[in-house]
Amino acid sequence: MRRFADVAGGVAWRSIHRFVTKPQFLAPSIIFPLFFFVAFAGGLSNVGNVPGFDFPSGYTAFQFVFVLLQASAFGGVFTGFSIAADFESGFARRMMLAAPNRLGILAGYAIAAGARALIVGALLFAVALATGMRVDGGGIDLFGLVVLASLVNVTATLWAAGVAMRLRTIQAGPAMQMPVFILLFLAPVYVPLELLSGWIEAVARINPFTALVEGGRDLISGGDVRAWLVYGVAVLLLGGFAVWGVRGLRRAEAAG
Amino acid sequence: MSLLAQGAEMARRSVLQTLRQPAMVIPPIGFPLILMAVNAGGLESATRLPGFPTDDYLNFVIAFPFIQGSLFAAINAGSSLARDVETGFLKRLALTPMQRAAMLLGNLAGVMTVALLSSCIYLGVGFAAGLHFEAGAGGVLVLLALALLIALAFASLGALIGLRTGSGEAVQGIFPLLFVLVFLSSSALPRELIERDWFRTIATINPVSYLFEGLRSLVIFGWDGEALALGFGVALAIAVLGVLGAASALRTRLVRT
Repeated sequence: MRRFADVAGGVAWRSIHRFVTKPQFLAPSIIFPLFFFVAFAGGLSNVGNVPGFDFPSGYTAFQFVFVLLQASAFGGVFTGFSIAADFESGFARRMMLAAPNRLGILAGYAIAAGARALIVGALLFAVALATGMRVDGGGIDLFGLVVLASLVNVTATLWAAGVAMRLRTIQAGPAMQMPVFILLFLAPVYVPLELLSGWIEAVARINPFTALVEGGRDLISGGDVRAWLVYGVAVLLLGGFAVWGVRGLRRAEAAG
Repeated sequence: MSLLAQGAEMARRSVLQTLRQPAMVIPPIGFPLILMAVNAGGLESATRLPGFPTDDYLNFVIAFPFIQGSLFAAINAGSSLARDVETGFLKRLALTPMQRAAMLLGNLAGVMTVALLSSCIYLGVGFAAGLHFEAGAGGVLVLLALALLIALAFASLGALIGLRTGSGEAVQGIFPLLFVLVFLSSSALPRELIERDWFRTIATINPVSYLFEGLRSLVIFGWDGEALALGFGVALAIAVLGVLGAASALRTRLVRT
């Protein structure tokens, strides 16, 4: 256990130090969510006046939840880019030779992704509150939202790490990014599920991310949260992608 | 060899180089269609807002893939010229009697071919999904002409950056900036329906709004002279600035070599 913690701590410290001291690594994680928040909550606020749109906390809070979960997911995807870059430079191979417990490498990257998401999430919260976002949920609800965002972040990290460790090239970037992007946008992004129609409604109903984003919106508005469904889906996804990530690590080990 | 023949040779190289790389063809066609489909479904209920100009969001959002495809044209044009700088191809070309205009316009031919191909695909998918085109068949041709002019405008901007920096990475770096310009415009709602004053002001200042409005005016309103004049005017202005800037950057680049 000590060896695992040492490896995880070392990898996490290196990754966090890297993106904190080099703005070019952190900037995209910060700029993109802020930009999406401005574009969606600002440009589309009138969509909140569509007949039948009855989200109690207003359109800014409605979009904030989506952007927060999106930022958490992309924090994980960007960490996948770093893993792929480490493999391309040969650093990851040397690290695997040196690490007494290689699962610690995966855990270290996940901790770094969490730190990245924490910085971005805090900034996003500050900007949203400064621009007049209404929060009707209580402290426990907000804590639940943070937990939900963290679960999304770890799940996306494990997905991206699994791809990065299988392909071991930064050219795998689109393979990490696009499925996440599509999954996120096939959920009720702009209006609640009840206002969707046609094919997108059918897809959104079976998209697991829909439960997470709707649960997050219930939390921020202080509504009734179907906690078992929301956190159940989140934990199931986490479990599935943990297997995917660990198998990716084993593939990278086997590749030498 | 005449300017035309030189340009044709460069164009042939550029077209082949582009079509042989799936990464330069598939994303400009696929990504805009995915976003169009997602937005057409997700924002359909926005048509219930009082004053929304059409009852089918597809008619409104059809302009989106043309503009997003043009961003890819910018990146691809810039990247391929930057690669020519990085690999020394431009240096070797400078030793030949090739004219600069032929080099530049020929180099843009590849991305313009993809722009034409993708424009036809966007329209085909749009019609298959039930697009109603108010301006009729003539309007489709005018829309294609405007779409190609917009693609040329953005491609020339990409070429300018590619030649000025000589770095593919720098060209990729402008993509987020262009993306911001697209989202901070009237891309998702008509300007008069944007509720927040500050956003409406930005969208009004942002020239990309007029490109969107020119394209979709043909679909939603038929023949709207003002929207078309603004759309063509803005696209032409960007194209002229881009081509002149790229020509100047090419001259500087060749002097340096």
